[in-house]
Amino acid sequence: MGMTISEKILAAHAGLDKVVPGEIINAKLDIVHANDVTGPVAIKEFNKLGLEQVFDKEKITLVPDHFTPNKDIPSAEQSKVMKEFAQKMEIKHYWEVGRVGIEHCLLPEQGVVLPGDLIIGADSHTCTYGALGAFATGVGSTDCAAGMATGEAWFRVPESLKFVFHGTRFQPWVSGKDLILYIIGKIGVDGARYKAMEFAGEGIRCLSMDNRLTICNMAIEAGAKTGIIEPDEITLEYVKPRAKREYKVYKSDPDAVYEKIYEFNTEEIPLQVAFPHLPENTKSVDEASGLKIDQIVIGSCTNGRLEDLEVTAKILKGKKIHPEVRCLIFPGTQQILLEAMRRGWIETMIEAGAAVSTPTCGPCLGGHMGILAKGERALSTTNRNFVGRMGHPQSEVYLCNPAVAAASAVRGEIVHPREVMNNG
Amino acid sequence: MGRAWKFGHDIDTDAIIPARYMNRSEPEHLAAHCMEDADVSFAPNVKKGDIIVAGKNFGCGSSREHAPIAIKAAGVKAVIAESYARIFYRNALNIGLPILECPEAVAGIEAGDEVEVDLVSGRIENKTKKATFQARPFPPFMQELINAGGLIPYVKEKTKNA
Repeated sequence: MGMTISEKILAAHAGLDKVVPGEIINAKLDIVHANDVTGPVAIKEFNKLGLEQVFDKEKITLVPDHFTPNKDIPSAEQSKVMKEFAQKMEIKHYWEVGRVGIEHCLLPEQGVVLPGDLIIGADSHTCTYGALGAFATGVGSTDCAAGMATGEAWFRVPESLKFVFHGTRFQPWVSGKDLILYIIGKIGVDGARYKAMEFAGEGIRCLSMDNRLTICNMAIEAGAKTGIIEPDEITLEYVKPRAKREYKVYKSDPDAVYEKIYEFNTEEIPLQVAFPHLPENTKSVDEASGLKIDQIVIGSCTNGRLEDLEVTAKILKGKKIHPEVRCLIFPGTQQILLEAMRRGWIETMIEAGAAVSTPTCGPCLGGHMGILAKGERALSTTNRNFVGRMGHPQSEVYLCNPAVAAASAVRGEIVHPREVMNNG
Repeated sequence: MGRAWKFGHDIDTDAIIPARYMNRSEPEHLAAHCMEDADVSFAPNVKKGDIIVAGKNFGCGSSREHAPIAIKAAGVKAVIAESYARIFYRNALNIGLPILECPEAVAGIEAGDEVEVDLVSGRIENKTKKATFQARPFPPFMQELINAGGLIPYVKEKTKNA
């Protein structure tokens, strides 16, 4: 009986030949990660251990991205705690504002997280790195503290669910975001609870890394422990120029055991919109058509990458944001922002009347830089539409891909991109 | 013995502690806003020893440990749910917030009922309705963590012996 990619990575890091779902293992970690919200709590717990140093200063990543640039005095204090810890412990992977980006855009881009890694991060969207063929999962601050101290964590080996996409033809404007929203709509927000979601098939293999990162990013929205994709040529093309250390490619055995296999045809998937207040409340964009919008958010660890900005610029080119709409754009990293600027996309966005921000998690979690008032409605490329997620408890968040968001920004209501692209 | 506060399915961590309060992490600050976006009357009225009773997938969403910290600091003795999201489950065990999985108890307890919970045996008694329930036992490894007093004391012991 073979093993899945998830089981192989866990077994290798636990020093075992084989693991089976349900087994509790202790495993060695390649990366332990935290941000400016979870980091200070982890540091407080770490300090209770009375240790002088972390297990390995090259294997810890601290990314101040949630409330940065610091939105108020308490946030500034939190960032300071993390910065001082990074200095004291000589943490290699710490970035200040101006160099920092949104954690799950930054770490893959910088080649810090690599195929075959076992990663824990005190942020639920740590599962993003599964797109590189790593086993990466979100934990809380105390698990993170223990990881920083020992370089190890305990895991319950998860059952794997396989999501196979047949075909390589997609409906126009459909992206990785639509695939993952479609799955969550089918299985629900606890449909993969405690499990590993493995994405496979030619419909995945034909996708760019940006799209794959988006898919794995939202595995947590189905309750999963991780989302993961076997590395292929596209993965290695992305990884090779970035990696500064050894990495290992794992693949699932042909006779690996899955708790369940879901199969989809790529052509069946329409553009998705998730209605409040759960990501599972998905409908096709045509069913959402006509809903008036106050704010558009394009960016985040889900959709703040170069291809997301490319499609946004393509749609906004030569058009104007609807006069009653605020359109906020958050590139994921400084490198992404710079590249978009060089290609003229930022100019296109500003000329259209959008606000372009420095990288930050900002409004996605209702932190800052775009909070909703009572009764306001946002259409956003972020990952969650819970009650109060982007501001007032009586505001609403709808989730979609960047093309739908950009087109809707122009129209002032939710529309299919074809509605604003008739002439080009 | 405490009163039951009843919540539905998929109570997410944004509802348990909205991110707008996470610019600080002191337990008493978080407790003052606990469950605010699910029930604004909770934080001002919850009493020490009260119980949270909820449906499936309690604590879904973000990894914020601020969520179980807020519940614990609000004085809640235990959470009883049909099921838990995995990060919340780990976090609660790690910080010592008692959580019990018992769909039967969730069905058999209404808001305001007086509930007695024995954390050692997992026995749940609804004094108001005169009914008892048995929560699912923790797997042995988790029981070891709980017995150690949470993850940090457990690791402290381990690093001391290393």
